[in-house]
Amino acid sequence: MTEPFFRLWTYLAATPLLGLALTLVAYLIGDAAYRASGRKPYVSPVLIAIIVLGALLLATGTPYQTYFEGAQFVHFLLGPATVALGVPLWRNRHEVKRAALPILAGVTAGSVTAVISAVVIARALGASEQTVLSLAPKSVTTPIAMGIAEKLGGLPALAAIMVLVTGVSGAMMGRYVLNAVGVRDWRARGLAVGTAAHGQGTAIALNVNETAGVFASIALGLNGILTALLVPVLLQLLR
Amino acid sequence: MLVAFTLLLLFQLAGEAIVGLTGWPLPGPVLGMLFLVAFLVVRGAVPEPLEKLSAALLQHLLLLFVPAGVGVIVYAALLAREWLAILVALMVSTTATIAVTGLVAQALLRRQERGQ
Repeated sequence: MTEPFFRLWTYLAATPLLGLALTLVAYLIGDAAYRASGRKPYVSPVLIAIIVLGALLLATGTPYQTYFEGAQFVHFLLGPATVALGVPLWRNRHEVKRAALPILAGVTAGSVTAVISAVVIARALGASEQTVLSLAPKSVTTPIAMGIAEKLGGLPALAAIMVLVTGVSGAMMGRYVLNAVGVRDWRARGLAVGTAAHGQGTAIALNVNETAGVFASIALGLNGILTALLVPVLLQLLR
Repeated sequence: MLVAFTLLLLFQLAGEAIVGLTGWPLPGPVLGMLFLVAFLVVRGAVPEPLEKLSAALLQHLLLLFVPAGVGVIVYAALLAREWLAILVALMVSTTATIAVTGLVAQALLRRQERGQ
Protein backbone atom coordinates (compact mmCIF):
# COMPACT_ATOMS: atom_id res chain seq x y z
CA MET A 1 0.00 0.00 0.00
CA THR A 2 2.63 2.52 1.04
CA GLU A 3 5.20 1.52 -1.54
CA PRO A 4 3.18 2.40 -4.66
CA PHE A 5 2.23 5.63 -2.91
CA PHE A 6 5.87 6.59 -2.38
CA ARG A 7 6.75 5.64 -5.95
CA LEU A 8 3.94 7.88 -7.21
CA TRP A 9 5.05 10.67 -4.84
CA THR A 10 8.67 10.46 -6.03
CA TYR A 11 7.47 10.58 -9.62
CA LEU A 12 5.23 13.60 -9.05
CA ALA A 13 7.70 15.41 -6.81
CA ALA A 14 10.12 15.54 -9.73
CA THR A 15 7.83 18.00 -11.55
CA PRO A 16 7.03 21.55 -10.41
CA LEU A 17 3.30 20.70 -10.45
CA LEU A 18 3.24 19.00 -7.05
CA GLY A 19 5.01 21.76 -5.09
CA LEU A 20 2.83 24.40 -6.71
CA ALA A 21 -0.46 22.55 -6.16
CA LEU A 22 0.42 21.66 -2.55
CA THR A 23 1.29 25.29 -1.76
CA LEU A 24 -2.12 26.46 -2.96
CA VAL A 25 -3.99 23.65 -1.17
CA ALA A 26 -2.13 24.27 2.10
CA TYR A 27 -2.85 27.98 1.90
CA LEU A 28 -6.54 27.37 1.14
CA ILE A 29 -6.71 25.16 4.27
CA GLY A 30 -5.13 27.96 6.30
CA ASP A 31 -7.43 30.55 4.76
CA ALA A 32 -10.51 28.40 5.46
CA ALA A 33 -9.44 28.13 9.13
CA TYR A 34 -8.93 31.92 9.24
CA ARG A 35 -12.42 32.53 7.84
CA ALA A 36 -13.99 29.92 10.12
CA SER A 37 -12.49 31.74 13.11
CA GLY A 38 -14.29 34.92 12.06
CA ARG A 39 -11.02 36.40 10.66
CA LYS A 40 -9.19 36.46 13.96
CA PRO A 41 -5.67 37.81 13.29
CA TYR A 42 -4.08 35.18 15.56
CA VAL A 43 -5.28 32.41 13.20
CA SER A 44 -2.50 32.89 10.64
CA PRO A 45 -3.16 31.24 7.24
CA VAL A 46 0.56 31.55 6.46
CA LEU A 47 1.60 29.76 9.63
CA ILE A 48 -0.96 26.99 9.10
CA ALA A 49 0.18 26.50 5.49
CA ILE A 50 3.83 26.31 6.58
CA ILE A 51 3.08 23.75 9.30
CA VAL A 52 1.05 21.59 6.86
CA LEU A 53 3.71 21.75 4.13
CA GLY A 54 6.67 21.39 6.51
CA ALA A 55 5.14 18.31 8.14
CA LEU A 56 4.38 16.81 4.73
CA LEU A 57 7.91 17.36 3.41
CA LEU A 58 9.51 15.96 6.57
CA ALA A 59 7.17 12.94 6.63
CA THR A 60 7.87 12.06 2.99
CA GLY A 61 11.58 12.95 3.13
CA THR A 62 11.17 15.45 0.27
CA PRO A 63 14.03 17.98 0.18
CA TYR A 64 13.07 21.66 0.41
CA GLN A 65 14.81 22.34 -2.94
CA THR A 66 12.52 19.82 -4.68
CA TYR A 67 9.45 21.48 -3.19
CA PHE A 68 10.70 24.95 -4.08
CA GLU A 69 11.07 24.06 -7.76
CA GLY A 70 7.27 24.16 -7.93
CA ALA A 71 6.62 26.74 -5.22
CA GLN A 72 8.96 29.26 -6.83
CA PHE A 73 6.17 30.27 -9.22
CA VAL A 74 4.18 31.54 -6.24
CA HIS A 75 7.30 33.03 -4.64
CA PHE A 76 8.10 34.87 -7.87
CA LEU A 77 4.83 36.82 -7.73
CA LEU A 78 6.09 38.70 -4.63
CA GLY A 79 7.99 41.04 -6.98
CA PRO A 80 5.08 42.10 -9.23
CA ALA A 81 2.80 42.26 -6.15
CA THR A 82 5.21 44.69 -4.50
CA VAL A 83 5.16 46.84 -7.64
CA ALA A 84 1.34 46.67 -7.59
CA LEU A 85 1.37 48.37 -4.16
CA GLY A 86 1.99 51.52 -6.21
CA VAL A 87 -1.72 51.59 -7.19
CA PRO A 88 -3.17 52.19 -3.67
CA LEU A 89 -0.16 54.40 -2.93
CA TRP A 90 -0.98 56.64 -5.89
CA ARG A 91 -4.66 56.75 -4.93
CA ASN A 92 -3.72 58.10 -1.49
CA ARG A 93 -0.84 60.32 -2.64
CA HIS A 94 -2.20 63.56 -1.17
CA GLU A 95 -2.64 62.13 2.29
CA VAL A 96 0.85 60.63 2.16
CA LYS A 97 2.45 63.92 1.12
CA ARG A 98 0.77 65.77 3.99
CA ALA A 99 2.08 63.25 6.53
CA ALA A 100 5.69 63.11 5.25
CA LEU A 101 7.33 64.18 8.52
CA PRO A 102 5.37 61.89 10.90
CA ILE A 103 6.03 59.02 8.46
CA LEU A 104 9.78 59.59 8.45
CA ALA A 105 10.03 60.07 12.23
CA GLY A 106 7.78 57.11 13.11
CA VAL A 107 9.53 54.68 10.78
CA THR A 108 13.02 55.79 11.91
CA ALA A 109 12.09 55.32 15.57
CA GLY A 110 10.64 51.89 14.77
CA SER A 111 13.62 50.83 12.68
CA VAL A 112 16.10 51.59 15.49
CA THR A 113 13.84 49.90 18.08
CA ALA A 114 13.53 46.76 15.93
CA VAL A 115 17.27 46.22 15.46
CA ILE A 116 18.45 47.13 18.98
CA SER A 117 15.79 45.18 20.88
CA ALA A 118 16.22 42.03 18.75
CA VAL A 119 20.02 42.00 19.06
CA VAL A 120 20.13 42.80 22.80
CA ILE A 121 17.48 40.24 23.76
CA ALA A 122 18.85 37.43 21.59
CA ARG A 123 22.38 37.95 22.96
CA ALA A 124 21.13 38.08 26.55
CA LEU A 125 19.36 34.75 26.03
CA GLY A 126 22.52 33.11 24.70
CA ALA A 127 21.83 32.95 20.95
CA SER A 128 24.91 32.29 18.78
CA GLU A 129 26.45 35.30 17.02
CA GLN A 130 25.46 33.90 13.62
CA THR A 131 21.83 33.77 14.76
CA VAL A 132 22.05 37.32 16.15
CA LEU A 133 23.39 38.64 12.84
CA SER A 134 20.63 36.85 10.93
CA LEU A 135 18.07 38.27 13.36
CA ALA A 136 19.13 41.93 13.17
CA PRO A 137 17.34 42.76 9.87
CA LYS A 138 14.20 40.72 10.72
CA SER A 139 11.72 43.59 10.32
CA VAL A 140 12.45 44.35 6.67
CA THR A 141 11.20 42.67 3.54
CA THR A 142 12.90 39.34 2.65
CA PRO A 143 15.24 40.37 -0.21
CA ILE A 144 16.70 43.31 1.75
CA ALA A 145 16.99 41.28 4.95
CA MET A 146 18.89 38.53 3.13
CA GLY A 147 21.26 41.09 1.60
CA ILE A 148 21.91 42.75 4.99
CA ALA A 149 22.48 39.42 6.78
CA GLU A 150 24.95 38.34 4.12
CA LYS A 151 26.95 41.58 4.44
CA LEU A 152 27.06 41.21 8.24
CA GLY A 153 28.24 37.59 8.13
CA GLY A 154 24.93 35.99 9.11
CA LEU A 155 23.03 33.32 7.18
CA PRO A 156 20.79 34.81 4.44
CA ALA A 157 18.39 31.83 4.39
CA LEU A 158 18.07 31.93 8.18
CA ALA A 159 17.39 35.67 7.93
CA ALA A 160 14.52 34.85 5.56
CA ILE A 161 13.02 32.59 8.26
CA MET A 162 13.37 35.33 10.90
CA VAL A 163 11.61 37.74 8.54
CA LEU A 164 8.82 35.23 8.03
CA VAL A 165 8.29 34.55 11.76
CA THR A 166 8.40 38.30 12.47
CA GLY A 167 5.77 38.85 9.80
CA VAL A 168 3.51 36.14 11.19
CA SER A 169 3.82 37.42 14.77
CA GLY A 170 3.40 41.06 13.75
CA ALA A 171 0.31 40.25 11.71
CA MET A 172 -1.10 38.21 14.60
CA MET A 173 -0.36 40.69 17.42
CA GLY A 174 -0.44 44.07 15.67
CA ARG A 175 -4.08 44.88 16.31
CA TYR A 176 -3.87 44.01 20.02
CA VAL A 177 -0.62 45.91 20.65
CA LEU A 178 -1.95 49.03 18.93
CA ASN A 179 -5.23 48.87 20.85
CA ALA A 180 -3.34 48.36 24.12
CA VAL A 181 -1.16 51.47 23.67
CA GLY A 182 -4.04 53.58 22.30
CA VAL A 183 -2.97 54.11 18.67
CA ARG A 184 -6.26 54.68 16.81
CA ASP A 185 -5.17 56.73 13.78
CA TRP A 186 -5.31 54.42 10.71
CA ARG A 187 -2.22 56.07 9.25
CA ALA A 188 -0.17 55.47 12.41
CA ARG A 189 -1.51 51.90 12.70
CA GLY A 190 -0.47 51.17 9.11
CA LEU A 191 3.01 52.63 9.64
CA ALA A 192 3.45 50.51 12.78
CA VAL A 193 2.64 47.13 11.17
CA GLY A 194 4.49 48.00 7.95
CA THR A 195 7.65 48.94 9.90
CA ALA A 196 7.56 45.98 12.29
CA ALA A 197 6.16 43.28 10.03
CA HIS A 198 6.93 44.34 6.41
CA GLY A 199 4.84 42.61 3.71
CA GLN A 200 2.67 40.49 5.98
CA GLY A 201 1.83 43.50 8.14
CA THR A 202 1.00 45.37 4.94
CA ALA A 203 -1.20 42.53 3.67
CA ILE A 204 -3.20 42.48 6.90
CA ALA A 205 -3.46 46.27 6.98
CA LEU A 206 -4.74 46.32 3.37
CA ASN A 207 -7.46 43.85 4.32
CA VAL A 208 -8.62 45.99 7.22
CA ASN A 209 -8.41 49.55 5.90
CA GLU A 210 -7.01 50.97 2.65
CA THR A 211 -5.39 54.00 4.31
CA ALA A 212 -3.64 51.74 6.81
CA GLY A 213 -2.51 49.52 3.92
CA VAL A 214 -1.02 52.43 2.00
CA PHE A 215 0.87 53.73 5.01
CA ALA A 216 2.07 50.19 5.74
CA SER A 217 3.46 49.85 2.22
CA ILE A 218 5.33 53.14 2.56
CA ALA A 219 6.75 52.00 5.90
CA LEU A 220 7.82 48.71 4.31
CA GLY A 221 9.86 50.48 1.62
CA LEU A 222 11.26 53.18 3.90
CA ASN A 223 12.21 50.76 6.68
CA GLY A 224 14.05 48.58 4.15
CA ILE A 225 16.28 51.50 3.18
CA LEU A 226 16.74 52.80 6.77
CA THR A 227 17.58 49.37 8.18
CA ALA A 228 20.14 48.69 5.45
CA LEU A 229 21.85 51.98 6.37
CA LEU A 230 21.44 51.72 10.16
CA VAL A 231 22.21 48.07 10.98
CA PRO A 232 26.01 48.26 10.47
CA VAL A 233 26.17 51.41 12.63
CA LEU A 234 23.91 50.03 15.39
CA LEU A 235 25.80 46.71 15.56
CA GLN A 236 29.06 48.66 15.96
CA LEU A 237 27.50 50.54 18.90
CA LEU A 238 26.22 47.30 20.49
CA ARG A 239 29.57 45.54 20.29
CA MET B 1 -4.74 42.09 -18.15
CA LEU B 2 -1.73 40.87 -20.14
CA VAL B 3 -0.59 44.44 -20.81
CA ALA B 4 -1.04 45.31 -17.14
CA PHE B 5 1.04 42.28 -16.04
CA THR B 6 3.74 43.15 -18.57
CA LEU B 7 3.77 46.67 -17.18
CA LEU B 8 4.31 45.42 -13.60
CA LEU B 9 7.14 43.13 -14.75
CA LEU B 10 8.81 45.93 -16.74
CA PHE B 11 8.72 48.31 -13.74
CA GLN B 12 10.18 45.55 -11.55
CA LEU B 13 12.85 44.84 -14.19
CA ALA B 14 13.77 48.53 -14.37
CA GLY B 15 13.99 48.61 -10.55
CA GLU B 16 16.19 45.48 -10.39
CA ALA B 17 18.44 46.81 -13.19
CA ILE B 18 19.02 50.13 -11.43
CA VAL B 19 19.67 48.47 -8.06
CA GLY B 20 22.08 46.05 -9.75
CA LEU B 21 23.98 48.86 -11.46
CA THR B 22 24.14 51.31 -8.53
CA GLY B 23 24.29 48.91 -5.56
CA TRP B 24 21.68 50.94 -3.66
CA PRO B 25 20.48 49.23 -0.46
CA LEU B 26 16.96 48.93 -1.88
CA PRO B 27 15.05 46.00 -3.34
CA GLY B 28 14.29 46.28 -7.05
CA PRO B 29 10.52 45.76 -6.63
CA VAL B 30 10.26 48.70 -4.17
CA LEU B 31 11.95 50.93 -6.74
CA GLY B 32 9.57 49.45 -9.34
CA MET B 33 6.66 50.47 -7.10
CA LEU B 34 7.93 54.08 -7.18
CA PHE B 35 8.17 53.90 -10.99
CA LEU B 36 4.55 52.73 -11.12
CA VAL B 37 3.51 55.70 -8.96
CA ALA B 38 5.42 58.06 -11.28
CA PHE B 39 3.68 56.46 -14.28
CA LEU B 40 0.28 56.96 -12.66
CA VAL B 41 1.08 60.58 -11.77
CA VAL B 42 1.86 61.28 -15.44
CA ARG B 43 -1.18 59.36 -16.66
CA GLY B 44 -3.54 60.84 -14.07
CA ALA B 45 -5.69 57.69 -13.68
CA VAL B 46 -5.38 53.93 -13.10
CA PRO B 47 -6.20 51.91 -16.25
CA GLU B 48 -8.96 49.43 -15.43
CA PRO B 49 -7.01 46.21 -16.16
CA LEU B 50 -4.18 47.41 -13.91
CA GLU B 51 -6.69 48.22 -11.19
CA LYS B 52 -8.13 44.69 -11.39
CA LEU B 53 -4.76 42.95 -11.57
CA SER B 54 -3.29 44.84 -8.61
CA ALA B 55 -6.42 44.18 -6.54
CA ALA B 56 -6.16 40.44 -7.34
CA LEU B 57 -2.44 40.26 -6.48
CA LEU B 58 -2.79 42.24 -3.25
CA GLN B 59 -5.83 40.29 -2.09
CA HIS B 60 -3.70 37.13 -1.90
CA LEU B 61 -0.45 38.76 -0.84
CA LEU B 62 -0.13 36.47 2.20
CA LEU B 63 -0.06 33.33 0.03
CA LEU B 64 3.13 34.58 -1.61
CA PHE B 65 5.06 34.31 1.68
CA VAL B 66 4.41 30.58 2.09
CA PRO B 67 7.17 29.06 -0.14
CA ALA B 68 9.99 31.00 1.59
CA GLY B 69 8.50 30.16 4.98
CA VAL B 70 8.61 26.41 4.38
CA GLY B 71 12.43 26.88 4.25
CA VAL B 72 12.23 26.73 8.04
CA ILE B 73 12.66 22.94 7.78
CA VAL B 74 16.20 23.41 6.45
CA TYR B 75 17.23 24.97 9.79
CA ALA B 76 15.38 22.53 12.01
CA ALA B 77 18.57 21.57 13.95
CA LEU B 78 19.68 25.14 14.64
CA LEU B 79 16.15 26.18 15.56
CA ALA B 80 15.79 23.22 17.94
CA ARG B 81 18.87 24.49 19.81
CA GLU B 82 18.10 28.22 19.91
CA TRP B 83 14.34 28.45 19.48
CA LEU B 84 13.65 30.07 22.85
CA ALA B 85 16.11 32.96 22.42
CA ILE B 86 14.92 33.51 18.85
CA LEU B 87 11.22 33.39 19.67
CA VAL B 88 11.45 35.70 22.70
CA ALA B 89 13.67 38.18 20.81
CA LEU B 90 11.31 38.22 17.81
CA MET B 91 8.09 38.56 19.80
CA VAL B 92 9.31 41.24 22.24
CA SER B 93 11.11 43.20 19.51
CA THR B 94 8.12 43.09 17.16
CA THR B 95 5.75 44.23 19.91
CA ALA B 96 8.10 47.09 20.89
CA THR B 97 8.54 48.15 17.25
CA ILE B 98 4.79 48.25 16.62
CA ALA B 99 4.16 50.29 19.79
CA VAL B 100 7.04 52.77 19.26
CA THR B 101 6.28 53.39 15.57
CA GLY B 102 2.56 53.78 16.18
CA LEU B 103 2.95 56.12 19.15
CA VAL B 104 5.60 58.37 17.56
CA ALA B 105 3.66 58.65 14.28
CA GLN B 106 0.33 59.29 16.00
CA ALA B 107 1.80 61.96 18.30
CA LEU B 108 3.33 63.82 15.33
CA LEU B 109 0.18 63.48 13.19
CA ARG B 110 -1.89 64.99 16.01
CA ARG B 111 0.56 67.83 16.54
CA GLN B 112 0.55 68.55 12.82
CA GLU B 113 -3.25 68.66 12.72
CA ARG B 114 -3.42 71.00 15.73
CA GLY B 115 -0.91 73.32 14.01
CA GLN B 116 -3.07 73.73 10.90
